[in-house]
Amino acid sequence: MRVSLKWLREYVDITVPPQELAERLTLAGLAVEGVERPGEGIEKVYTGRILSIEPHPNADKLSICRVTLGSGEDFQIVTGAANVRAGHVVPVALEGARLAGGLVIRKARLRGVESRGMLCSGQELGLDTSVMPPDQAHGIMLLDPDLPLGMDIKEAIGLDDVILDLDLTPNRGDCMSMLGVAREVAVLLGQKLNLPETPVAGAGPGIEGLVRIDIEDPDLCGRYVARLFRNVKIGPSPSWMRERLRAAGIRPISNIVDITNYVMLEMGQPLHAFDYDTLKDGHIIVRRARRGEVLVSLDGNERKLAEDMLVIADPGGPVAVAGVMGGLATEVTENTATVLLESAHFNPVSIRRTSRALGLRSESSSRFEKGVDITGCRRAADRAARLLLDMAAGEAAPGAVDNYPGHASPRTVILRPERVEHVLGVAVPRGEVTGILAGLEFQVADSGGDLLVTVPGHRVDVSLEEDLIEEVARIYGYNRIPYTLPYGASTRGVRTSRQSLEVEVKDCLVALGLHEVVTYSFTSPSFTDRTLLPQDSPLRSLIRLQNPLSEEQSVMRTMILPGLLEVLSRNASRRVTDLAIFELGRVFLPSRTGPLPVEKPVLAAAAMGMSPAGWNRPGQPYDFYYLKGVLETLFDRVSLAEYTLERETQNSLFHPGKAARVTAGDWEIGVVGEIHPDILENYDLPHSAVAMEIDFRVLADLAGRPRKYRPLPRFPGVERDLALVVRKDVPARDIIGVIRKFGGRHLREVRLFDVYRGKQVKEGCQSMAFSLSFRADDRTLTDQEVSEQLAAVARALAGEFGAELRS
Amino acid sequence: MEQKLLRIQARALEEMAGAKSLEELNEIRVRYLGKKGELTGVLRGMGALSPEERPRIGQIANQVRDKIEEKLNDSTARLKDRIKREKLAAESLDITLPGTVFNLGRLHPLTVVTRRIEDIFLGLGFSIAEGPEVELDYYNFEALNLPKDHPARDMQDTFFITQEVLLRTHTSPVQVRTMERTAPALPVKIIAPGKVYRRDDDATHSPMFHQVEGLAVDRRITMADLRGVLQVFAEQMFGPETRTRFRPSYFPFTEPSAEVDISCVMCGGRGCRTCSHTGWLEILGCGMVHPRVLEMSGYNSGEVTGFAFGMGVERITMLKYGIDDLRLLFENDMRFLQQF
Repeated sequence: MRVSLKWLREYVDITVPPQELAERLTLAGLAVEGVERPGEGIEKVYTGRILSIEPHPNADKLSICRVTLGSGEDFQIVTGAANVRAGHVVPVALEGARLAGGLVIRKARLRGVESRGMLCSGQELGLDTSVMPPDQAHGIMLLDPDLPLGMDIKEAIGLDDVILDLDLTPNRGDCMSMLGVAREVAVLLGQKLNLPETPVAGAGPGIEGLVRIDIEDPDLCGRYVARLFRNVKIGPSPSWMRERLRAAGIRPISNIVDITNYVMLEMGQPLHAFDYDTLKDGHIIVRRARRGEVLVSLDGNERKLAEDMLVIADPGGPVAVAGVMGGLATEVTENTATVLLESAHFNPVSIRRTSRALGLRSESSSRFEKGVDITGCRRAADRAARLLLDMAAGEAAPGAVDNYPGHASPRTVILRPERVEHVLGVAVPRGEVTGILAGLEFQVADSGGDLLVTVPGHRVDVSLEEDLIEEVARIYGYNRIPYTLPYGASTRGVRTSRQSLEVEVKDCLVALGLHEVVTYSFTSPSFTDRTLLPQDSPLRSLIRLQNPLSEEQSVMRTMILPGLLEVLSRNASRRVTDLAIFELGRVFLPSRTGPLPVEKPVLAAAAMGMSPAGWNRPGQPYDFYYLKGVLETLFDRVSLAEYTLERETQNSLFHPGKAARVTAGDWEIGVVGEIHPDILENYDLPHSAVAMEIDFRVLADLAGRPRKYRPLPRFPGVERDLALVVRKDVPARDIIGVIRKFGGRHLREVRLFDVYRGKQVKEGCQSMAFSLSFRADDRTLTDQEVSEQLAAVARALAGEFGAELRS
Repeated sequence: MEQKLLRIQARALEEMAGAKSLEELNEIRVRYLGKKGELTGVLRGMGALSPEERPRIGQIANQVRDKIEEKLNDSTARLKDRIKREKLAAESLDITLPGTVFNLGRLHPLTVVTRRIEDIFLGLGFSIAEGPEVELDYYNFEALNLPKDHPARDMQDTFFITQEVLLRTHTSPVQVRTMERTAPALPVKIIAPGKVYRRDDDATHSPMFHQVEGLAVDRRITMADLRGVLQVFAEQMFGPETRTRFRPSYFPFTEPSAEVDISCVMCGGRGCRTCSHTGWLEILGCGMVHPRVLEMSGYNSGEVTGFAFGMGVERITMLKYGIDDLRLLFENDMRFLQQF
């Protein structure tokens, strides 16, 4: 809503500077987004009359004008515009003048002819060109011929104004009008509100018998007021009205249409003008559309009407979509002689549905859908009639047809003064409460106890005690409410164990060198093919958005890994090829038991390249063992001890020889491995990458076994190394198993510290070196004991795997 | 004899003064004081002296030996000291070479900020509640006093999955779920961080973003409490000098409703580009829980009151780190993520 302060002053005295008014309105809930000064920067531009025009001797497209500012002196000005004639009054910028864009006018010679300034277009004066005829927006702006000459242009066309741009909340439909805003201003500044004149002197026969209104669907139309204007002389509206409409962002069209828009802006009541002679029998029927009905609307488009849409019809069929847009066949044209003016009230929900269904939002529909004042329909119709008479644009038939099935007594709400304090936490004095409400035109009956408050018609948003409390609070001032802290039983603010685990897991991964990422929960359905998921994979059951922004964001993810692969790929394309990342988020799987999908928390990680190298330490390759180490460290950190890794050959994402499934008993924890070369190609990754995905719920269920202290050893341990040559296909886990089994009860730890495959080792074999620690709790072990145990281990390894001891 | 002793002393002292290494000093010790040393040799000849002379010369000999020993120890200490200093001087490192590279990852800035918000409210006695991201229309709208066809539904452009199932447009449904679960027990004090979704994608809107919701319900919760809690939050989040300002606003699920501005974190309220020269930055919406919402969730609105607030984590993150493009938060460019 654009509010011209010049216009607003007609209804209320503004006793503070514009900037302060903006601040006060904002702090009362009418957010002022901007304060515009349309004439700012324009200087020394005046009204002038063109005395004569001659063609330029040396240029086809230029003309030479003689212009007077009424001072007796004539000025010669060369112009390129084609729309000016002798006698026109136009904006004249003389030498030294300043225009809207900061342009300074100087004396010039154009093709040998002196020009002492320029004639201005609407655009050069900073006007909103979308609400002007194009020839005046970009050609020369033609002014009202009755304007005095030599007048400052800002005054002449209303640029000496300040416009407040209000960003209204949807509950304040009442402030989509000058009077609504003026009412707020009056309360905030303690000023009186001046209402516009509405009394009308009718002429000619009364409206009765000429107009008939039938409301067939009173649930959607609570009131319909009609007035009849006769002997209408269609023409432009006066310049003051056009200026105000333009300031509000509405394009002036003709006096009748301008009146309807003006009253809508002034009072918030949308009006519609029909050419009476095009209506059959002067008979208006307000009803739902019938199946198959169509209407050509004002903009020339044919609209298919649905049966739940309210239309204005005559006996021949629909003539307007109620409250949304008029029809072309009954519109007011330059030939119109008689006008039927509609001032009605329509059901907000119905208007909203209809305007959505038709894709049509108008100034009218946006007011109706927020709710207009049903008690104000007649007043608005009368105001329009009064303006018509004041402008001498026609005559008003006496009286109005007022069909008012939705008539109801005004709402009353009880306000308990102690409740105000209970909700706000501050005691607003009773007198201030009643004063604020009265200023906003609520009627307050105060008999000493509770207040009985009657809600004015324009406040359709107020129906509860809390609504009144908000009214009191916003005018009293939110910022006068003190700061306190809740009183009452104390509460424990702690994270649940699951929430703490999330913190712990993320911190652990960060400490291990991984960066956290956040990717979108929705993705392209193509990820199922890009990851080569089997056709029967449950991860192909996607939850699809009805109205996605694009195909790329049209389904909810069932895995996080594809998103991480995209991150790797995007970084690689930006030449960042060494990175390790993780994300903890939800995946969405269809549910068989309820309307909502299962939201499963998943921890995923991916890496490629190397960890950063220093000059004294090489980088570490992000390979299978890196990520396996991350997983092991993480599980250790969260006290998850009992789990096993099995070879995973079936997962389409992973290299069949370089992946492992992580399980604990019957629990599937997740998978870790190197990405399959086909997938690398599908994601355009430059070299190999590794990844893991872990079911976070399972992790949470298994994690957190309490840790118990074990006493420190009192006797020293003995460390022995054991180097073996063994076939490559023997899994390390099996070898360690045998070592543990035959290492005896004093074997505490087995650590693999070297694996070597190369020329020094015979074909098909590898050398593995273990460090074994032996320790007894009650004595120091002897060398001999340990050596015997070691020999037993070596014998067992030789027997089991044909391993040879290496010296 | 006496002369001989004094000559030995003088010579030994002279040699010591010229010694350049510990080895040389050791040789001097052996030469004079060793078993076959000169002084030892002289002392062996003492037997030839008269009994009267013997004590006197013995005394002189002892003095000479002590003198030489003292000097030897002295020189050795000084030489050792010098050698140590020379060694240290020769050992110096280029301390400007970079230190060993430790590879630390980083939390996403949104996580850093969310945790900070959580910690502030945990400290105020709020616990953390969670709810589904794919939500029923009922919880996202209806139970929040936003019936179908309510114009305020336009404020939040919604992704739908079916007519009744949608991606939550705010974290407010967690309020309703929490109250439903808790009612009629009191008090309720929760925050609910999480992802939310709106059908918007441009430089200042992301179709997925994060909010933190807050809710307190009890017998005597007032708007003054809301102001107090949010003032504490603002000070802890943005610094102790931060001021808050409440502006009336409209949300269907609160009445009265407010938007909260903080004094601009860039200019302290004097006005700058970040705050569009107003001195204020909007950071959250809040209000007193609408009585209808309380009733629908199982509380008697005549007996209890509550406040609720919701803030955008992206907005706060961008303010805190001076990030000027929202999209950076979801691009996951390493060069961005490494900065936090």
